[in-house]
Amino acid sequence: MLPAVWYFYLGVTDQLGADPQNTLERLLGLWALRFLVLALAITPLRRLGGPNLVRYRRAVGLLAFYYAALHLTVYLVLDKGLDLPTVWADIVKRPYITVGMLAFTILVPLAVTSNGPMIRRLGAPAWQRLHRLVYVAAAAAALHFVMLVKVWTAEPLIYAGLVAILLLFRLGVRLRKRRPRNRGPQPARAGT
Amino acid sequence: MLIRRPSDIAPSEITPRGLYLRRREFLAGAASVGLAGALPAVGADAAPLPGAKSPLSTTDEALTPLRDVTSYNNFYEFGTDKVDPARNAHSLTTRPWKVKVDGLVAKPGDYDVDDLIKSAQLEERIYRMRCVEGWSMVIPWVGFPLAEVLRRVEPQGSARYVAFETLVRPAEMPAQRGLLQPLPWPYVEGLRLDEAMHPLTILAVGLYGETLLNQNGAPTRLVVPWKYGFKSIKSIVRIRLTETEPPITWKQQNPREYGFYSNVNPAVDHPRWSQATERRMGEGGLLVRRRPTLLFNGYGEQVASLYAGMDLRANY
Repeated sequence: MLPAVWYFYLGVTDQLGADPQNTLERLLGLWALRFLVLALAITPLRRLGGPNLVRYRRAVGLLAFYYAALHLTVYLVLDKGLDLPTVWADIVKRPYITVGMLAFTILVPLAVTSNGPMIRRLGAPAWQRLHRLVYVAAAAAALHFVMLVKVWTAEPLIYAGLVAILLLFRLGVRLRKRRPRNRGPQPARAGT
Repeated sequence: MLIRRPSDIAPSEITPRGLYLRRREFLAGAASVGLAGALPAVGADAAPLPGAKSPLSTTDEALTPLRDVTSYNNFYEFGTDKVDPARNAHSLTTRPWKVKVDGLVAKPGDYDVDDLIKSAQLEERIYRMRCVEGWSMVIPWVGFPLAEVLRRVEPQGSARYVAFETLVRPAEMPAQRGLLQPLPWPYVEGLRLDEAMHPLTILAVGLYGETLLNQNGAPTRLVVPWKYGFKSIKSIVRIRLTETEPPITWKQQNPREYGFYSNVNPAVDHPRWSQATERRMGEGGLLVRRRPTLLFNGYGEQVASLYAGMDLRANY
């Protein structure tokens, strides 16, 4: 949680620049996306022979949710002053906000079920199916970032690229699993 | 053209020099706690440049602190982050500096910026500045009416628009080199001739009683207070009078989102965000509340007549 504490400290002591609300909002959103990317990277890392960080995955995922929640809170409370009609108008009228809200909404059930008792209650297969929604959330979060910039800069494109690679990795694994295994070269057929 | 004075200003309401000079104290304080390295070199090259008070200064609102005016900038030639210009613009050399004035004029020429400054009656113009991104400042510019320069070069009868161009110098402007440059260069802007001749339209050469810092568009920039900030083009090298509407960078970049006029208008949203409200910089820190945006940024009394009969929604 350290970055958030540090940012709030900077904000309260007027060290976040001319537009502290906007800066804080962006930094928190960026960290949410970073943690999402990190959570998605854990399985590919292990499969490609890297360290096995699976036991940290739940914590990383929850951090992503906490940062997304803080990001949303700054937007709702500091930026919009809890003016809910305006917020609702934003959500339905502004595609980048629609997409961002979608990402956050998906993260809610994932965070709520990220504990032992809930896994037992849902059963592992159902839990796993539910948690695959994180792929949609990550894609939406990356898209949210890309959609709000005024010009193409490296940063949002790098995050979108990372998310794309991590999702394609899963697709690749899945496609390979579907193909029958151990199909060696077919013996040449004798001509008929 | 009848230019009515706004009723809301009194010279006594303008921040006294002693107050805004407190930035020196801020800098000294920042240096003493070891922050100096992290902060842009505010005031590194600024020299005193006083301007006479003007009745066209239109505000009784608090000035945005110099620290914010000089450290939170959109000047994409130096990078797209708001703090990039203050970090990177020191590399720009602003002397010698010529402004080429040509096109449909009787007396085209290359004007040295120091000659322009010397021959002008410098005025202090306190204007609101509203960025298309939804934030605003109140800035005490020092400058002179653009109309003075235009009159001197004698526009021809066929001239209807004024085109402006920013410097292209990749060696000194980091975002003009390398891959993935944010915009095509040069940055170009334009006004209708009557907008350019309007008394509120100035060429600024300073702010807060000192010469402009590079991140604010040194040595000279346009200020058109009733339009979104990106119309107020920085570090100008060329002013050209034309018969047809000149291309402008942001409209070329995304014609659905940015138009030639770009008058501040709370009723016409940017396609991706609302323009109904704005956040005033340097006012209240984290807890600052949005304030309503004003039509023509509050300068409607002076400029609305320029657009009489025009559909402001179609001509965004």
